[in-house]
Amino acid sequence: MLPGPSNDDRTSRREFVRNGLRVAGLTGAGVAVGALSHRGAAADTVWQIDPRKCLSCSRCATECVLEQSAVKCVNWFPICGYCDLCTGYFEPQPIGLDTGAENQLCPTSAILRKFIEDPYFEYKIDEDLCIGCAKCIEGCKLFGNGSFHLQVRHDRCLNCNECAIARSCPGDAFYRAPVEKPYYQFTT
Amino acid sequence: MRWVNEHRARWRGVRWLAWVALVCLGSGIGFLALGEAAELRFPPPDFESGYSMPATQYPSARSQGMEWFDIAVLLATLGTATALVYAKRSRTGLAWLSGFSLLYFGFYREGCVCAIGSVQNVALTVFGTGYALPVGVGVFFAAPLLVALFAGRTFCAAVCPHGALQDLLLVRPVKVPRWLESGLGVLPFIYLGAGVTFAATGAAFLICRFDPFVPIFRLSGSLGMLLTGGAFLVLSLFVGRPYCRFLCPYGALLKVASALSRWRVRVTPDVCTQCRLCPSSCPFGIIREPDPGLMRPKEVSMARRGILVALAALPFLVLAGAGVGWVFGGAAARLHPTVALVEDYGDSLARGVPATPTLPERLALDRAERQSKDLLPRAEELRGKFRMGGLWFGVWCGLVVAMKWISLGMVRRRDEYQPDRTACFACARCFSSCPQERIRLGWSPAPDAVTTHPAIAAVHPVPSAKSGGCGCGPGATGGNP
Repeated sequence: MLPGPSNDDRTSRREFVRNGLRVAGLTGAGVAVGALSHRGAAADTVWQIDPRKCLSCSRCATECVLEQSAVKCVNWFPICGYCDLCTGYFEPQPIGLDTGAENQLCPTSAILRKFIEDPYFEYKIDEDLCIGCAKCIEGCKLFGNGSFHLQVRHDRCLNCNECAIARSCPGDAFYRAPVEKPYYQFTT
Repeated sequence: MRWVNEHRARWRGVRWLAWVALVCLGSGIGFLALGEAAELRFPPPDFESGYSMPATQYPSARSQGMEWFDIAVLLATLGTATALVYAKRSRTGLAWLSGFSLLYFGFYREGCVCAIGSVQNVALTVFGTGYALPVGVGVFFAAPLLVALFAGRTFCAAVCPHGALQDLLLVRPVKVPRWLESGLGVLPFIYLGAGVTFAATGAAFLICRFDPFVPIFRLSGSLGMLLTGGAFLVLSLFVGRPYCRFLCPYGALLKVASALSRWRVRVTPDVCTQCRLCPSSCPFGIIREPDPGLMRPKEVSMARRGILVALAALPFLVLAGAGVGWVFGGAAARLHPTVALVEDYGDSLARGVPATPTLPERLALDRAERQSKDLLPRAEELRGKFRMGGLWFGVWCGLVVAMKWISLGMVRRRDEYQPDRTACFACARCFSSCPQERIRLGWSPAPDAVTTHPAIAAVHPVPSAKSGGCGCGPGATGGNP
């Protein structure tokens, strides 16, 4: 070990450089935070699906990182036709227009059909059962009003940085919605 | 997927039914309602039974208030960890805090938001267009780094759930050879470069997607990632914190920040008697022995030559990296979904007859057909971005290798046994191995002879009067006597 002042000099020089770099780091961080906050004045975002772009490919049911997808089918009642022959509810060429399992399109029987008045029926989704496979949406879109649509349900969604479904969505239907408007709103 | 095709075909058979319905309704009610519901096939009914429509439910997202709560928990745990390392010097406390962090940030928050992934959000904000950095993510990125500038990697000690999980599992540490440790130490920097490049090009959040522990926190995920996570867990029974040491990209940033740290973790609370008990207590093998920093002239010239050679090689390494990056950047562009789609579309056009893709793939190709005017230039633009990204990534890799090379020739002067400050996770395991610490804790009797021994007194002329102190004062930093 070197005795004397040269030893102290060396330590203090190293400490000086280190202090300088630390100050530089802090200043850099300050500048970066300022620049980023200026740049990122917009609010946080969440994932959502644009039903106009959705191709009902059924990947929402399987691609989500959650065991049970965060995407569920939702019925937007104001444009629902309340059809007796609901093409989102019934299998093609159903045996009868009733709630028999053999007639239902939904693999988990998640759609509840309820008689309202002749000839109208209400179709409600039981979200605990829905797996987001979009089979009903396919039917509703082809021959109905398209009131069935898929939504990212925000009580379930983890809001991943990179949504696994969005990545594999063939219709490019996923978008980052501002957190104040987390659901797609129909204009009707 | 065949099902949907069949479904479509079968419904086509009854399409006339729909047409009949359409015509009937169109001629009947439709006339009246034409103005307001022109695009609806079946106008919504006017109910006479007093039926009121159920309201569509919109479950709200996690509230913004909770984001601030996360930030508060982060700052509180960071502060507590720093205090536990420097003031209390308590391994038990850190273990309990690790458990809490693992439960809160790991299993409750399911590994999101985390400092490791936040690197990519910052990269996307800086290089991307139109992505705003959420406040919470910004704090998770900045706070541990700022703390590291002053107190080293106390974030790793007990706040990061990834570290906590591996740390709590470590039962039988195996010593990793120094050369292997040193060589693998380059990986975090490379991974950091790759993560930033992919985030900046908007292609992928690599660090999130290939995170081995998040699927374990969520108890769900792809089979591949769950198996990888399991493998890491088994590995961390024997190799201390394998992810933190050899992969973690945020750890790479913390390494740089902690190299400048104001205070450092010291094994001994008092003076080092060089008893050599502590090195084996560190499961990560990063306690370095004292080194006067004096070399024989021959060694000095060898070390100098090594550094000079590394400096001379630096431009070549950087250039080579840039070239390789440029070449492979174009190919890597396929990892961007848009580029992949356009390439598949090109293939399907070239082949003529499509090779029976699954329904989603066919739907995607149909979309590419419809939007080819927008997608083709977009893909070309992305490829350009990837080539540039690859180039910069190559430059980065060249720099990292050169820096590693240069650092091999550097000599650090150390007067006592002390942890390598860039690699130390501040886990506090070594503290109790130090006889001085045991005296401080009252576990061993305090013979006056220890601190007044002439040999020690010669090395440390000021006999310490602050044996109960935290050992974190400015005097403890440089290791100068």
